[in-house]
Amino acid sequence: MNPIASGRLERLREFARPDRVFDFMAPAQSPVDVRHGPILYLEDVSVSFDGFQAIHRLNLTIDDGELRCIIGPNGAGKTTMMDIITGKTRPDSGQVWFGSRHNLLTLDEPQIANLGIGRKFQKPTVFEALDVTENLELAMAGDRRIWKTLLARLDHEGQARIDEVLETTGLTAQRHRPAGVLSHGQKQWLEIGMLLMQRPRLLLVDEPVAGMTEPEMHRTADLLTRLAGQQSVVVVEHDMGFVRSIARRVTVLHQGSVLAEGSMDEVAGDPRVIEVYLGGDEETA
Amino acid sequence: MTASDHPQAIDRSRQLFLSRSTLLTSGMLIVGMVGVLVLNALPAASPLHVSSATVALLGKYFTYMLLALAVDLIWGYLGILSLGHGAFFALGGYAMGLYLNAQTSPLPGWQAVMSWFPVAALAIVLAPGLLALVFGWLAFRSRVTGVYFSIITQALTFALMLVFNRNEMGMGGSTGLTRFYELLGFRLASEGMTVALFIASGVAVLLAFWLCRAIVVSRLGRVSMATRDAEARVRFIGYRVDHVKLALFVVSAMIAGIAGALYVPQVGIINPSTFAPLFSIEIVVWVALGGRATLYGALLGALVVNYLKTVLTGAMPDAWLFILGGLFVLVTMALPQGIAGLLARRRGRQEASA
Ligand SMILES: Nc1ncnc2c1ncn2[C@@H]1O[C@H](COP(=O)(O)OP(=O)(O)OP(=O)(O)O)[C@@H](O)[C@H]1O
Ligand SMILES: [Mg+2]
Repeated sequence: MNPIASGRLERLREFARPDRVFDFMAPAQSPVDVRHGPILYLEDVSVSFDGFQAIHRLNLTIDDGELRCIIGPNGAGKTTMMDIITGKTRPDSGQVWFGSRHNLLTLDEPQIANLGIGRKFQKPTVFEALDVTENLELAMAGDRRIWKTLLARLDHEGQARIDEVLETTGLTAQRHRPAGVLSHGQKQWLEIGMLLMQRPRLLLVDEPVAGMTEPEMHRTADLLTRLAGQQSVVVVEHDMGFVRSIARRVTVLHQGSVLAEGSMDEVAGDPRVIEVYLGGDEETA
Repeated sequence: MTASDHPQAIDRSRQLFLSRSTLLTSGMLIVGMVGVLVLNALPAASPLHVSSATVALLGKYFTYMLLALAVDLIWGYLGILSLGHGAFFALGGYAMGLYLNAQTSPLPGWQAVMSWFPVAALAIVLAPGLLALVFGWLAFRSRVTGVYFSIITQALTFALMLVFNRNEMGMGGSTGLTRFYELLGFRLASEGMTVALFIASGVAVLLAFWLCRAIVVSRLGRVSMATRDAEARVRFIGYRVDHVKLALFVVSAMIAGIAGALYVPQVGIINPSTFAPLFSIEIVVWVALGGRATLYGALLGALVVNYLKTVLTGAMPDAWLFILGGLFVLVTMALPQGIAGLLARRRGRQEASA
C-alpha cells in the first residue's frame, strides 16, 4: 500500500477508536513529531536567579500519552521547570524539545501555546472581569490572529464544546457569573476547563487540587487519568494521597534536579527521597 | 476596578453591538446635534436661539470627545495608559494645518503635496498611525508596560513638542500654523462652515463610537480586557499580546489624528503647545472623570470637563489647574468608576427597587 493511503487508513482507525471518551478532549491537529521518541525532552537544563541555582542539570523525558507526576519539596524548582517549558523563563544552558521537531528555546509563549502546550498555573489565574463562558471561549483552540479574532463568532460547534466543558468541570450553573467571584476551587476548575478548551497535546498542571474538597479531588483525578493516553499530562502536586491515586510514574525533584524516578512505591521506598521529602510529609498525607 | 467590585453586575449586553448603552448614546448624540442645529436656525431674536459661537464651541467639544474615545479604547479596555495622546491629535492637526495653509500660498518642498485634499486626508490618519505603529512596536515588543509605558509616552510628546518648536521643521516654529482661510474651496470664516464642521465632528464622534463599540464587543475586545487584567495568562493561551496592543494602539492614534484634524479649522490654529505633556494628561482626566471602559463615560467626561473649563477659565483663569487636579483626586477617591459608574449604580438601584 502506498504511504499516503496507509496514512489515511491510520487516521481512519484513529478516528474510529472506541476508547475516545469525549471529543473535546482530543488534541487539536498539532504538528508535533513524536514518531522518533518522546513528546517532551529536557536535557541538562540549568537556570539560576541572581546566583541561586533554581534548576541544576535537569533531565526529563515525557512520553507521548504519558501521565507523569512530579513531586518535590517547596522550592525544588517544579514551577520554574514549567516556566522554562512554556517560554516564560529562558534557561542558562540545556536543551528543551517538543517532539523531535520543535526547539522550545527558540519560541516565545504564544508560539509554544499554539504548538499545543497548555498550562494551568499554581495560583489560579482566570480573567476575572469576564464571565465563565467568556473565559472558556477565549481559551478555545482557533485562529488567534488579530483580524480573525475581531471577526470571530461563537458558532454552534464552539458553543457545544463550551457546554461540554462546563458540564465536565461542574460550572454549568456558574456560566454567566464573572470569574472573579468564583471560589478558589471553582477557579481551579475553570482553569482546567480553559486547558480542555485549548486541546493541547501536552498539559502542564501545577497543583490542581489545592483548595479543592475531597470529592472534587476525586473528580480531578478521574479527569486527568481520562485525559492521559490521548494527551500527555504532567502534574505537579503536593498532596500525596492525590498523587498516589493517579500516579503511574513519579519524578522527584530536589534542588533543581531529578532525585528519583519510578513508580510511586519505588520512589516512596527510596531512602534519599524519604530523607528530603516524604519523611516529614507521609503522615499528613 | 474589575467586575469583582460589582459581583453580580456583569453586563450581559457586553457582547451585543446594539446594547442599551449604544442606542442611548447614539440617540443622545444625534438628538443633541439635530437640536443644536434647529436652535441655531431660529431667528437671533428668539430666546431659544443658539449662537454660531456656541455651535463652534460645541464642535470643538466634539473633537475632544473623539480624543477621549481614543484614550478610553486603549486605557479602559486594554489597560494601556497613554500620557502622550496629545501627540497623535497634534499630528493630525498639523496635517490639516498644512493643507489649510496650502490653500492660500504654495508650500515649499515636500509639503506641496499637502495642498491636495486626498493626500492631506491620508496624512491625517497615516502620520499618527505610523508613529503609533513604530513607537508601539518597539514598546510592546520589549514588553514595556504600566507606568513605564506612560512615562515614555510623555517623553514622546515632549520630544515632539521640542521638535515642532524649531523653525527648521517648517511647521511655523513656536507660533505654529495659522492663517487659515479656506477649506475645500469654502471660506472658513462663515456660518455655513461653522455648522458644517460641527456636523462633521459630531458624525465623526458617532462613527468612532460605533467603531470602538464594535471592537470592544468582539472577541478581540474580550482578549484585550483579558490582557488588561492578566497579560501573561493571555500569552499562555496563545494570543500575541504585542499584536493586540499594537493594533488597538494604532486605531486609537488614528482616531486621535482625525480629532486633531477636525479641531484645527474650528479653532484656527495649531501650535506646539498641543504636544505639551499637560494636555495629554488632561485627556486622561476627562476619561477618568467620565468613567473608564464604558466609551460613553469618555464622551461624557470630555464634555463635562471642557464645559467646566470654558465656564471657569472665564471666571477664574488661574484656578483652573487646581480645580482640575482637585476634581481628579476627588473622583479617584469617591467615584473610581467616574460619572458612568455613578449612573450605572443608580440604574442598578432603580432596577432592584422596581
Ligand atoms: N523569577 C525568579 N527570581 C528569583 N528566584 C526565583 C524566581 N523563580 C523562582 N525562584 C526561586 O527558585 C526556586 C524554585 O522555585 P519554584 O517556584 O520553581 O519551586 P516549586 O518547586 O514550584 O515550589 P512550590 O512547591 O513551593 O511551588 C525557589 O527558591 C524560588 O524562590
Ligand atoms: Mg510551584
